[in-house]
Amino acid sequence: MAARVLRHSKCARRLIHPNKSNFAAPALQIQRHQHADQNEMNETLAQFPGAKAKYTEKLEFLQPDVYNGIPIYRVMDRNGVIFDQTQDPGLSDEELLKWYKSMTMLNTMDKILYESQRQGRISFYMTNYGEEATHIGSAAALQPKDLVYGQYREAGVLMYRGFTLDEFCDQCYGNIADRGKGKQMPIHYGSVDLSFVTISSPLATQMPQAAGSAYAFKRAQNGLVVICYFGEGAASEGDAHAAFNFAATLECPIIFFCRNNGYAISTPVQDQYRGDGIAVRGPAYGMSTIRVDGNDALAVYNATAAARDIAVKENRPVLIEAMTYRIGHHSTSDDSSAYRSVDEVRYWNQRDHPITRFYNYIQRKGIWSEEQDKAWKDDTRKQVLQAFARAEKRLKPAWSEMFTEVYDELPQDLKRQKEEMEAHVKMYKDKYPLSNYESS
Amino acid sequence: GIGFAATGGTAVAEIQFADYVYPAFDQIVNEAAKYRYRSGNEFNCGGLTIRMPGMAVGHGGHYHSQSPEAYFTHTPGLRVVIPRSPIQAKGLLLASIASPDPVIFIEPKILYRAAVEHVPNDYYELPLGQAEVVKKGADLTIVGWGSQIYVLEDAIRLAENRLDCTIELIDLRSLLPWDVETVEQSVRKTGRLLISHEAPKTSGFASEISATITERCFLSLEAPVQRITGLDTPFPLVFEKFYVPGVERCFLGIKKALEF
Repeated sequence: MAARVLRHSKCARRLIHPNKSNFAAPALQIQRHQHADQNEMNETLAQFPGAKAKYTEKLEFLQPDVYNGIPIYRVMDRNGVIFDQTQDPGLSDEELLKWYKSMTMLNTMDKILYESQRQGRISFYMTNYGEEATHIGSAAALQPKDLVYGQYREAGVLMYRGFTLDEFCDQCYGNIADRGKGKQMPIHYGSVDLSFVTISSPLATQMPQAAGSAYAFKRAQNGLVVICYFGEGAASEGDAHAAFNFAATLECPIIFFCRNNGYAISTPVQDQYRGDGIAVRGPAYGMSTIRVDGNDALAVYNATAAARDIAVKENRPVLIEAMTYRIGHHSTSDDSSAYRSVDEVRYWNQRDHPITRFYNYIQRKGIWSEEQDKAWKDDTRKQVLQAFARAEKRLKPAWSEMFTEVYDELPQDLKRQKEEMEAHVKMYKDKYPLSNYESS
Repeated sequence: GIGFAATGGTAVAEIQFADYVYPAFDQIVNEAAKYRYRSGNEFNCGGLTIRMPGMAVGHGGHYHSQSPEAYFTHTPGLRVVIPRSPIQAKGLLLASIASPDPVIFIEPKILYRAAVEHVPNDYYELPLGQAEVVKKGADLTIVGWGSQIYVLEDAIRLAENRLDCTIELIDLRSLLPWDVETVEQSVRKTGRLLISHEAPKTSGFASEISATITERCFLSLEAPVQRITGLDTPFPLVFEKFYVPGVERCFLGIKKALEF
């Protein structure tokens, strides 16, 4: 039948001889003898190019619950007591305190910047409440030059790497010190120095990009990995599928890190998927996969460190699904009491908070005390408020910045638009809020 | 949505922000728009309406402020509709849902909390493919849609006070197919045309209107068609007031058209 169709195509007339099949023989050999040695048939694998598997004569569906819940790797309990001492990564006191200070500084910054949006000082904010360990634990397991692609709730990764409070506040204010020059909404951070690709709002778009960067790293043989963070909601996007499959088939050194925090804005996980979360999808793409307690910073660290090892040594993608809970609202544009109970939120805040668990751990270790904690928390408040005050005083960039960096070089037509605007603003200077902006 | 409509259902799909419609672009352009045409009318997805909040909101930046109408007006088979007010929105939306063609319905989000009207309780439709002359005038025709209509009304008030003229304002309402006749009729009367939208200038829908009217009304035109639009850059957060075509820029455009 295929030959008949091709005969009508002009192109095919040139290409094929009408009397001779142009197609290669199928890979599967036709069995001439039925029921040839039964044992032989059972032992041999089928020859289909698409799957190397044994035959079965039983009509049986693989049920979706076959894994019965991929187990969740953890190192410590809610009181900071380690279950299996061999799993303690044995980090220095200095490093452990850096983790704690990063998580708490992030938490303080979140509280103050969220409030500042409510007061109309910045236009928008997203908090990281409840997910601090997913950021710090994973960031600590990476090399500084490993490239990070985030979604929008990974500020702790930047915090750990050394993004300053001034830099955070400047971006939220969109002032002259903002690397993004005030062009994007708050929390759309980025830093080439810290190997953190600038955040964009659309979901999951970072995932195939991350796979591409990992492919570039492989070709460069630079010993680095890419880590790509995304939420369980973003994993429903088509881009997630493309990213997983490309990373696997192109054999890229990438860690896909899913923050499964229970909600995609107002969509609970019950409406997000029917399978066993995101982890179960990993093996389907040929990726080594682990599910981890995202509120256990040590577990996140161990899993990420091990994943990095696999990715960089074997040049293949690894999937980590970090189970956690989004304690805060989706953003300042959301009121989550509209779709979940305050009791549920309180439960996680009080009973399984990553910062509390880590505090318990370091207190047990004797390297941190309640007094130190109080002094430190006061210090974080002071530091954030000072950075915030500095950021608030800075002007916005000159409005002519709006025309820069659309392309590498300013095109002629856009240059003309800029000149027209300059003349226009000069004529109407009292109609535009020029005092808030640096002069052009 | 497409599949639901293809089996006779009525589907009203909501895209959270117009800026996030692009993952569906293949389905909308390659499938929904061509469903009836490619099947020789054996199948269609006219029961589909896709609503999306669009346009500037004051603090939306790149991804919460876009006006993507021009991507869709370039696709035959779709209808593109943009209401300017609550009464218009209800009538046009009901007409869109009832329409036997797939409709892209872009709602200016800044109007959600800013526009108040006494909307009739009962069912009513407003016609698709038909513009509305919102205000009559003799010296200049202005065409706009959605939230930009209010900016244009302010600019018109300013111009009629200062420049001794009367200006006709047309709300296009449907951008695809668009009501060429109403605009043409107006321009033959006034001889001057100004079009304004937030979307960037290059390939913005004003280009289509300008080209068509210039073709059809060349000898009636006393001045080049003015386009007062967003700039050819992504939508910048802190520079929004400089980016959008505000009252002053529209007023200057009016002046330029009248004094040519």
